Parts: sequence; structure tokens; C-alpha cells
Amino acid sequence: MPLSARPPGSGEPYVLSASLDNARHLSSLLRAVHFQDHATCFATVNGLKVTVEDAKCIQANAFIQAEVFQEFDVQEDSVTFRINLSVLLDCLTIFGTSALPGTPTALRMCYRGYSYPLMLFLEEGGVVTVCKINTQEPDELLDFDFCSTNVVNKVILQSEGLREAFAELDMTSEVLQITMSPDKPYFRLSTFGNAGSAHLDYPRDSDLMEAFHCNQTQTNRYKISLLKPSTKALALSCKVSIRTDAQGFLSLQYMIRNEDGQICFVEYYCCPDEDITDAEL
Amino acid sequence: SLCPVHSVMSVCPPQLSLRAVNSSRSAFASFLFAPLFFQLYEASGPPPHLELCRCKVLMKSFLGVFRSLPSLEKTVGKCLILLKPRASRLVVQLHCKYGVTKTHNLTFQECERLQAVFDTQRCASSLCAPARVLAEAVVHFPQTLAEVTLAAGPGGKISLRNHVEDEAEPGKTMVTELWLAEDEFQMAAVAPGSRITFCLKEFRVSSCPALPSPMSPLSPPPQPPLCPQGLLTFAEASNLPLTVHYDVPGRPVIFTLEDAVLEVHLVLATLSDPESNLQPPTANGVSHLPAPSDDFADDLESYMIAMEPSTYEEGSGVPPIPTFPLCIPDPAESDTEEEEEEEERAVLGTPPHKKFRSLFFGSVLTPGGRGLAPTLEVLAEDSDGEY
Repeated sequence: MPLSARPPGSGEPYVLSASLDNARHLSSLLRAVHFQDHATCFATVNGLKVTVEDAKCIQANAFIQAEVFQEFDVQEDSVTFRINLSVLLDCLTIFGTSALPGTPTALRMCYRGYSYPLMLFLEEGGVVTVCKINTQEPDELLDFDFCSTNVVNKVILQSEGLREAFAELDMTSEVLQITMSPDKPYFRLSTFGNAGSAHLDYPRDSDLMEAFHCNQTQTNRYKISLLKPSTKALALSCKVSIRTDAQGFLSLQYMIRNEDGQICFVEYYCCPDEDITDAEL
Repeated sequence: SLCPVHSVMSVCPPQLSLRAVNSSRSAFASFLFAPLFFQLYEASGPPPHLELCRCKVLMKSFLGVFRSLPSLEKTVGKCLILLKPRASRLVVQLHCKYGVTKTHNLTFQECERLQAVFDTQRCASSLCAPARVLAEAVVHFPQTLAEVTLAAGPGGKISLRNHVEDEAEPGKTMVTELWLAEDEFQMAAVAPGSRITFCLKEFRVSSCPALPSPMSPLSPPPQPPLCPQGLLTFAEASNLPLTVHYDVPGRPVIFTLEDAVLEVHLVLATLSDPESNLQPPTANGVSHLPAPSDDFADDLESYMIAMEPSTYEEGSGVPPIPTFPLCIPDPAESDTEEEEEEEERAVLGTPPHKKFRSLFFGSVLTPGGRGLAPTLEVLAEDSDGEY
């Protein structure tokens, strides 16, 4: 990637510069996708996307729109770099993670371009911390090719109904089985653990069900260890959309409202563990 | 409150009873629910089937269903428990808010009936108090406390004191003693000067919810319930008085809660009194007696000898121990249950390194079954006795 060529006198030498009054708007979202140490950051005029992948089976994306930032400037069409997400989060939360309403941590983020470190300036109560985090070559990312036309089944649920279920998932089960059907049981989450099986059924007419568009009965299994991190995103969100395509790929999209009421999204894509087309008890 | 005590819970229709015993068999708890406790109670199938439906479920799995007590109260409207013997499944179905249904299909094993043999009528002393009184008393003792001694003191006062090991250095131990006046108890019929020591520590486990009661909403316990504290928490929440029956050191202490639809028993082994080692046994061979000295603590053989009154030799130094009859299940039971039978027959368990009297758990005699069996035949007499 070529170094950005800044015309002289234009001021900012950074290809990416952003300001945020409350760093928590960024850190909480990043935590929702933090299941691996490394992430790929992708910035365009629309905002920032941070992607984390694992096992070539699961991908999580956190989207922070440009409007969330007080200042968001991208000098190229797109800026991409790989960074250690654990370190980034540690820096963003350097003043501590407890939420003190009166004293948010302000953030200024600057990136000069390829091979340069990401600079973070964090300020809280007059104390300033400067962090420089090395960046790396961005990885090749998976493309789940999940577009609306491929979607077979879709439901939108209020997160409130799923939060506890996900937090209490029987982790002795290797898989999480998701059944979506126009007939009973409509929407079912199942685990098969050491104690026996457990099924969680959400009827289509439940108050929690904001939208129910299931055309075909599909039962798919996903490795529970891969999906468990999505619980963090679920905990932050108010709504979640669950979609599957013809091949059983799963898309989970979480709508998250931050402290200022702004909307951000986190999505998880997951490959099915096995191909099961018939409903399984 | 059942949780800390046990490793296994057994469910026995027709009256639903949940019983548990801990791994060293020094504690037993049972909750007996009358059908009225439930909104709907249906035991289907002809009577012989009911006999077979005794099962044991891993407590961890069963509790996993009721894991989050505060949210349970808010979200669960109705809980359905079904036993499917053919599929070997215990189904617990929770009907929650918003039409959501959680179905747990727990595997179970058939087992023999688990019953500790005890008799509250034979206990010399008993106390009854609102659970709150005892709960507040117990709270003063440190979390790491192993044993506590309950004693009847002068003036009708009851004391609770932490038990200090003989070997402990006097300068380094902290002793906490609490006195309760007689008027704090609803009933106090205690033998003067009586005291017993029982174990709290054995029952410590990290958080587990008490069983939800349909009668009154439970407030979530502020800390993980610890039996008997677990039992106390349950008692407080259900507003039932707790009765404590005890006898002499070495005989079990029995905590009971009773109401029209529920009967709860918690039976704990107590520490036997080292001084009483010198007392001779009573004539009929069944004695209130001394636990064997530490040499014999883990010696199964000597316990077996002691069980047979006829093999007791005067001055052999092998005192007869136990006080509860051992019952052997009818071997006519099906083969698949043999394993459990074996387990139940080997009834002796002593918490290691302690001079606790162990409780005997026998499989309850099925009608027409045999009494004490020749399987207790002594194979080798103990040679360590003094002569």
C-alpha cells in the first residue's frame, strides 16, 4: 500500500484521524468482537469497521459510523491495517473500565499510513496518555457472501429474551443447534450436553419476536465455542437479527445503542458444523 | 439448599421426594413434597410402574436448570416436571415470559431408594426456632469454619461455638461463642449439659439456588447458600420454623422443616466425644457409643465386626458402633440395579481424618425382603484389640 502523498500545506499528515469524546463508545463495541488477539481495521468515509476471525469459520465485525465520532477524517478511499486488538483495548481503557459518568475518557486517534503505528491520545481529567501501537499487514478476510437475496430464514428478536439463554448455554455441548421453521417449533435453540439435551423455544407470536420470516424448515448446528463470544454483543444490544442462507451459514446482526443513543452494529457470521436439513429432536 | 450436600439426587414418585447424600455419607437431606405442593400432580401408569420410577439425577444437571434464581422468579410462570422412564429422561419444562419454553431433557439412572435410617423420636433433645434466629446466629461464624458445637448451657441458654481441634495451638485459634436465650426458641426441650458438634464445612460449594417455592416468592440469597445455611435460607424464605433434634455426641443431628405440603429433613453426622471411649457398651449391643479410635477409623472390617453383636468380645477394644440397622435390598430386584445395590450395601463412610460417626444408609427393605444378611459375615477378626 503506497504511503499517502500529502500535498504540502494541507495540514494533517494522517490518512486517518478521528476524535471521540467518550472512548467507551469505541471500546465497548470492540470488546463485543474481542475473541482473538488480532483484528483488521478498515476505515472509509462512512466510518470504522473492525473485523476479527477465527478458525476460518467465524467472523465478527464491529461497525462504528463516522457520525458517532466528533471528528472523522479519512484521506484515502480506504485505510486498512491489522492490529493487536487486546493491546488496543488495553490502551483505550487505560484509565480504567469502570463507568464514571462525569469523567469520560476523550480519544484522538491518528494513523499516518502503511507501516506507521496507530497513535492514540487519551485524556481524562487533565491527564494525557499517548499510545503507539504497531500495525501489520492486513490479513485476507473471509467473504461470507451473505446478501439479502440468499437469505432463507430470518427472525428479529429483542435481545432481552435471548441474553439469559445465551449466557446460560450448556457449554458441555459441542454444538448449538438452531432450528427455524414456518411451523412449530418456529425458532429453537438446542444444546446436547453431558446432562442431556435442552431446548429453548420462541414462538412466532411471542412479544419478543419483532419479525418472523421463515420460509423453510432448517436445522443447523454451529460449534458452540465459536458462537459463545457473541454473548458479549448480545448483552450490549437491544435487538438481534438472525438469518440463515441456503447453505446454513448464520448471520447474527446486533443493533447496539450507545450511551448517547447513537446506533452501532456488530455482526457475526458462522459456518455450519454439519449439514442437516431435516429437523432433529 | 440441597446442593452443597450431595452428589446425587434421587426422585421417587408417588410422593415426589428429592433426596441427596454427600460423598462421604455423613450427611443426608430429603425434601418430601406432597402432591398438593404442585398445581398438578399426575402419576400415571399402573402401580408396579411407579415402583420402578426411582431415579437419580446428577444434582449439577438438575440445578443447572434452575441456575439463575432471580431471573427465574421474574420470567418463569410454570414449571413442568415429567418422568419418562422409557426414554430414560427426566423432563423439566419451564414456561417463561413471552411464550418462551425451556425444555431440559435430563438423563437419569434408576436407583434404589435412598433413605437414611433415623428417628427423631429417639432424640433426647429438640429445639424449635424460627429459621431467622438460627440464621442470624450462624452468620457470626467465619466462612471457613468446619465444625460448630451446639450446647445446652445453664439457665436454659443454648450456645453455639466453633469447634477447635485438640491439636490446635491455643494461642493461634480464635473462638467464637454465641448464646441464645431460651425465649428465642419456640420450643426447647433439651437434656441439660448436652452438646453436639456437627460439620458446616463439608457442605460448602459455590453458588447454588434453593428450590423455588410456589408458596412464597424467594428472595435470592445474598451469598451462596451453605447447608445447613442453605437449609436456613430456604426455611427463612418459606417462613417455616426449623426444628433441631439431637441426642448424644456421635448420633446424628436432624434438622427438620414441616408444613402441610412439604417435609424437609437434613441429617448430619456429629462428632463423637473422645471421653466416652471409656464407657462400656450397653447390654443389648446397640450403644450410643464411642467411635473407634483413629486406628480403626477407616477399617471397614472392624465396623463389620461391630455390627454383629455376637462377635463383640469383652475387652477386645473393638467397640460396637452403630446404631442404625442395616438393610439389604431384596436380591430379587432386576439385574440392572445390582450395581446400585452394591453401592448401597457398602454403607460405611467416614469423613476422612475425623472421628465422625457415620450414618448408615440402607436400601429400604422391599416387602418380603430379608433382614441383616450373612453378607456381613466377618472374614477376619481384627487382631489389634487389646486383651
